[in-house]
Amino acid sequence: MWARAVRFGLRSWVAWRRGFTSKADPQGNGRVSAQVIEHLERLALVDFGSQEAVARLEKAIAFADRLRAVDTGGVEPMESVLEDRCLYLRSDNVVEGNCAEELLQNAHRVVEEYFVAPPGNISLPKQDEQEPFSYN
Amino acid sequence: MAAPMLRGCCLARRGALACIDGGSRRGRGAAIGCRSSGKRGRSSVAQQSLITAQKSGKGEHAWAAVVGLEIHAQISSNSKLFSGSQVQFAAPPNSLVSFFDASLPGTLPVLNRRCVEAAVMTGLALKCHINKKSLFDRKHYFYADLPAGYQITQQRLPIAVNGSLEYSVCVGKKRSQVITRTARIKQIQLEQDSGKSLHDELRSQTLIDLNRAGVGLLEVVLEPDMSCGEEAATAVRELQLILQALGTSQANMAEGQLRVDANISVHHPGEPLGVRTEVKNLNSARFLARAIDSEIERQINELENGREILNETRSFDCKLGCTIPMRDKEGKQDYRFMPEPNLPPLLLYDTASLPPGADPQQVINIDRIREQLPELPSETREQLVQQYGMLPEHSFTILNEVGLLEFFQNVIKETRAEPKKVTSWILNNFLGFLKQQNLAVNESPVTPSALAELLNLLDRKAISSSAAKQVCIIKCLHVLFFY
Repeated sequence: MWARAVRFGLRSWVAWRRGFTSKADPQGNGRVSAQVIEHLERLALVDFGSQEAVARLEKAIAFADRLRAVDTGGVEPMESVLEDRCLYLRSDNVVEGNCAEELLQNAHRVVEEYFVAPPGNISLPKQDEQEPFSYN
Repeated sequence: MAAPMLRGCCLARRGALACIDGGSRRGRGAAIGCRSSGKRGRSSVAQQSLITAQKSGKGEHAWAAVVGLEIHAQISSNSKLFSGSQVQFAAPPNSLVSFFDASLPGTLPVLNRRCVEAAVMTGLALKCHINKKSLFDRKHYFYADLPAGYQITQQRLPIAVNGSLEYSVCVGKKRSQVITRTARIKQIQLEQDSGKSLHDELRSQTLIDLNRAGVGLLEVVLEPDMSCGEEAATAVRELQLILQALGTSQANMAEGQLRVDANISVHHPGEPLGVRTEVKNLNSARFLARAIDSEIERQINELENGREILNETRSFDCKLGCTIPMRDKEGKQDYRFMPEPNLPPLLLYDTASLPPGADPQQVINIDRIREQLPELPSETREQLVQQYGMLPEHSFTILNEVGLLEFFQNVIKETRAEPKKVTSWILNNFLGFLKQQNLAVNESPVTPSALAELLNLLDRKAISSSAAKQVCIIKCLHVLFFY
């Protein structure tokens, strides 16, 4: 499920990149900089973990970049593969809920039917504090 | 508890308000909660469009402030925007949460028809262009009260755009002149609400209640057309009245059904706009104007002392009476907007474009909704002026005070006295007594029938005006002593 989410995120991120000078790839050699990797890790909480994973990312971007070979002038972008489907509208009735006990079973810690979370977001440690692995 | 009231315009009345921290949005620091039950506070100083720098004496350049608003209104519906769990204030924690709301894997969003209708109705009432095709997106950020890690919203193509909100401010020496101002509406979009966080500082933990997660919200974005706290507060009050008249939202700020974020910047007239700050979680009608004015003051102060304004997020500390920065370690947020892959585009129709033989439950006809729009506050006020010959600024007071319109109409029904006398008595005396005793209209010990009878007696000159006033006072005091 995570991989799918990252792939979707990447595709739209790549689409965004198309119109702009690539900050990630200023030399145009297909490499993604350490700075961008760190930024992605912070945003998506995905751990690239190894040089192999970064290489995979670079290959995925190169693959998507081949779209540039197609002339899409005057063509409406497709936002959703579901664009020909009808969006189903549900009637405004209460049919779900009332399962607090079941849901709370998933929680690591519970206090009086509340989920317990740390007091705020815990920031990802800076790059030098993390498990070191060289990006390039 | 007294119903929340806002200082709308002329005949400025102040009232007690409950200020409760109901909001829980991304990027905030410690929760600020203030209760001001039962106290009548000083209102903010009436601001004018151009604020002259007085204190520092460095340059008597006038400053102009620019205020834009993002208003989140909870849609009044039985179930949530994308799931069938109930929408209800104050229920046992996590009892109104479905598997989708808890973001369990394998669940999918299913759009609630009532929420779409509410959005269209609101868009039409605010003179917006309704987009026949609108899209849903994901806005990603991490916070404990957002279980999915993203919020489904409408960033690229919202359901309604380019509308306007008219509101009136009272100017002049006695605030008797009514001027209509317009705030442009950039867009109205459908989005999900997040859950609620209860911060437990003592044990250094946060308790999460997802009852509110997934409730439908209408986000109304107002362009920066307002210039001070009072204008912003008046615009918000007018929007509140419109939403309540439409029935699309109860817009009760005390219950967190209406939340306002303000974007504020200052500049010298004629020069480009300054750096703006965002003041979040203005959840009380009472503190709205004050918070905005204090932020304007702060910015002017900073700039006059040669410092710069940071583009940051702040919140209003009602105890300190000023805005403070929110703990935002991550700097500028990157929400990584992407199309919501599980929802096709939302298509709306009008009578001309309605596909033949379509299931009426599955299509929404904008024209039908337009035909069913109820009377809006501006029409009600116009009606009061026409029918009862009252001054426009009086019609504003009658509508601004919660419950007063109904009270007024009930008195009119039962009394023989002239409407103008009724208006005058209600606004000058009745309302005054209520304020003195800190009562809302619906807590009034004097019922409409009783007041009607009193006015009849006055009319027949059976009692004097001062005697009538005394009766009211006694009635009000009676409540104090015996309850």
